[in-house]
Amino acid sequence: MSPTDAKRPLQLNDNGQLRHFLSLDGLPRELLDEILDTADSFLEVGARAVKKVPLLRGKTVCNVFFENSTRTRTTFELAAQRLSADVITLNVSTSSTSKGETLFDTLRNLEAMAADMFVVRHAESGAAHFIAEHVCPDVAVINGGDGRHAHPTQGMLDMLTIRRHKGSFENLSVAIVGDILHSRVARSDMLALKTLGCPDIRVIGPQTLLPAGLEQYGVRVFHDMQEGLAGVDVIIMLRLQRERMQSGLLPSQGEFYRLYGLTSQRLALASPTAIVMHPGPINRGVEIESAVADGSHSVILNQVTYGIAIRMAVLSMAMSGQATQRQLNQDVEEQN
Amino acid sequence: MRIHILGGRLIDPASGLDQRADLYIDNGRIAAIANAPAGFAADETLDARGLVVAPGLVDLSVSLREPGYSRKGTIASETLAAVAGGVTSLCCPPETNPVLDTPAVAELILDRARESARTKVFPIGALSKELAGEQLAELVTLRDAGCVAFGNGLVEFSDTRSLRRALEYAATFDLCVVLHSQDRDLAVGGLAHEGATASFLGLAGIPESAETVALARQLLLVEEAGVRAHFSQLSSARGAQMIAEAQARGLPVTADVAMYQLILTDEALRDFSSLYHVQPPLRTQADRDGLREAVKSGVISAIASHHQPHEADAKQAPFGETEPGISSVDILLPLAMTLVRDGLLDLPTLLARLSCGPAAALRLPVGQLAVGAPADLLLFDPEASTLAGENWFSKGRNCPFIGQQLPGLVHYTLLDGRIGYRAHHGSHR
Amino acid sequence: MMLPNPEQLLPEMATTLTRHLSAHALKDARFIGIRTGGVWVAQALLAELERDEPLGMLDVSFYRDDFTQKGLHPQVQPSALPFEVEGQHLVLIDDVLMSGRTIRAAMNELFDYGRPASVTLVCLLDLDSRELPIRPDVVGATLSLKPDERVKLLGPTPLTLELNTLASQ
Repeated sequence: MSPTDAKRPLQLNDNGQLRHFLSLDGLPRELLDEILDTADSFLEVGARAVKKVPLLRGKTVCNVFFENSTRTRTTFELAAQRLSADVITLNVSTSSTSKGETLFDTLRNLEAMAADMFVVRHAESGAAHFIAEHVCPDVAVINGGDGRHAHPTQGMLDMLTIRRHKGSFENLSVAIVGDILHSRVARSDMLALKTLGCPDIRVIGPQTLLPAGLEQYGVRVFHDMQEGLAGVDVIIMLRLQRERMQSGLLPSQGEFYRLYGLTSQRLALASPTAIVMHPGPINRGVEIESAVADGSHSVILNQVTYGIAIRMAVLSMAMSGQATQRQLNQDVEEQN
Repeated sequence: MRIHILGGRLIDPASGLDQRADLYIDNGRIAAIANAPAGFAADETLDARGLVVAPGLVDLSVSLREPGYSRKGTIASETLAAVAGGVTSLCCPPETNPVLDTPAVAELILDRARESARTKVFPIGALSKELAGEQLAELVTLRDAGCVAFGNGLVEFSDTRSLRRALEYAATFDLCVVLHSQDRDLAVGGLAHEGATASFLGLAGIPESAETVALARQLLLVEEAGVRAHFSQLSSARGAQMIAEAQARGLPVTADVAMYQLILTDEALRDFSSLYHVQPPLRTQADRDGLREAVKSGVISAIASHHQPHEADAKQAPFGETEPGISSVDILLPLAMTLVRDGLLDLPTLLARLSCGPAAALRLPVGQLAVGAPADLLLFDPEASTLAGENWFSKGRNCPFIGQQLPGLVHYTLLDGRIGYRAHHGSHR
Repeated sequence: MMLPNPEQLLPEMATTLTRHLSAHALKDARFIGIRTGGVWVAQALLAELERDEPLGMLDVSFYRDDFTQKGLHPQVQPSALPFEVEGQHLVLIDDVLMSGRTIRAAMNELFDYGRPASVTLVCLLDLDSRELPIRPDVVGATLSLKPDERVKLLGPTPLTLELNTLASQ
């Protein structure tokens, strides 16, 4: 139970390369650029007759999903397969945890099956950190979403989308709209945008859906779409869950849409070349109008394509970082 | 057994005594200070030159985990940890299994405590049956079985009317209630102080108002019922301020704070270390500073370890799935001495908050260095240091301070004139 | 050791290549350089042949067999083949042929684009230390290095060779 080694961030090896991918917090800009560059190369692979490279041949990637997600799971599977890895996907429903097997034991078992990498999605914030630190530090751990904390591959695919459509981050205004409070995507996006040098990050939503102390992320808070969307280059819409009405955070879907739904009219407030993004799955008529979701400004489907490339990049980089660390450890052993 | 304690710096916050003098113990009690009683022949002499001789510490909350949770701790293991930390009297909260809501459980705890004979144990009984917050426990029966006060832990009463009735009933018999202030609805699902850190980590927040709303309600009901009330484990500066205001208008309420709340803030959660998972949560630096100020001024008259030992598995999970609590009674004195080292309190004030302060809050007959009083003493070297974790007696090693070099080293703890703990380590001076 | 000047090797390589292509009736062959040095050599060859046509570029990082030992090359660039590979005659160009493993990786990658009609291998230098049965069809010069010596191509203009000695452990 020792606290994180202060000498080195948990997710980097001694050379400063990725060995786990848990959060965008603490990752330097160069590393984020490297992920985006590598993903660009993998995007090209996706356009070939054979969309597969032999990079992770003989490696086993284990997708362990403690929380259901068809989309994220599928893109991770596809990414691992396109890297020629063997892929196992486990949907560890909450019922199996109630059988008494802990997260700890589940993963130790998988590790014993010689898994080289875990992609983990879990409902608890910090679950991926826990696994990387205490369960299997020598297996690359990729965070596929932990509670409200982080969804770093989604954050990076959003950045790839922005970079491919806008070129760079230097002069951009980006607005993130909706349920920021419960959104791990928003948290990862805000961190990535800040690291990549985006000068104007805005969040728009009612106070009930904004987390406390948000200004400390270096973002501007708006409660009004008119003001918040004015002149922005990128609009990231977030999914609104039905439960939010039941828990008293909002009166109704209708009123939310009236205040924060992205309609063609509101889109007109943004820059004429603005792009519209959404992590999916979208709720038409709840947070976004169909005409906008399917319109010329929407890059929502491109995001899905970019998502595979980002995941290929992160999987191969983390596997590489673990291999390098093993080599470094071996060198140290030989010297002693 | 007669013991002569030679040449120590005697500090008794209750009487204001602070002088270098000898102290004489006879038959479990303090026989004399400074000059030996006529014909005193010591069976043993403890050389206390360079040491502070103070009342044994009084800790208002040490979870002994027995009965019911012996994998986390036992009365034997946790009272031994307590003496090592300088504690001679402790209160144990009612969260046992079964809950401390029957005389049988109180008797079991007191019997086991007597058997291990490490510290005096003063049980706090459950205010409601099974701590469910609905039906009143048999408070008078429990008092007669040895319970010194009554609390309901972090579980709120199901409704305000039930709480009011419980306070009125306790007031009828001049019983003391120990109240935790955390509004159930505002804290529901919460894991960390609602603020930038929790937002950043995506941990559900517990707002400051969870404490202050509950505290405001409790204070008004306490005033109306006229019950003796002690507020436990305050976590916010605003909460401490509300206690100060209540005291200023003449309400005889007292309060304590967890030792770790005076050191840590919510920033410690940054790496999701479950060692910092506590309830009520660690709050901001401003809150910590407010709590420190209240300790200094005496608004908060007691510092308690709020020791909660756990087995390793309880902390071996993602943050939100771990059990809250820190094991720290082993190092209560050294942890507290950091406040002196950092210039926040002088030594007599610190010792007041750890002895006569808590004793007075619950009217416990301990915590003083007076002739005729039980010889419950602590002898420590304020200039030496303790490596936290080097000697560890608690079953729970869930302590974020392990590995740290802390100021102050306990040399002896005496209970009723017997040496209950003698440091085996050499001095770290 | 004296290293040859690449610029002086190119005319003869161009001549040999032209002869090879016509002797084997390899019509409309497309040129592909392996990043980074191979691309420079390919560009120089195209210039020498006075051919103005799109050049394919391969980055073989994703196909290397030393991933588990060395990890991923940190500056991967996309491969770019601005023509169909299926049924095409190809000329694959690299700067230095050492173990042959880069060529193996490049061939694996090429076949993921389609099934070429043929592949002709051109290398500026052959270090005569092949670990795989891979032999160039056209080579600028053959050298023998000491075990701790490595040669590196600098470019793109002018192309020069540099000899490095591995730091002794």
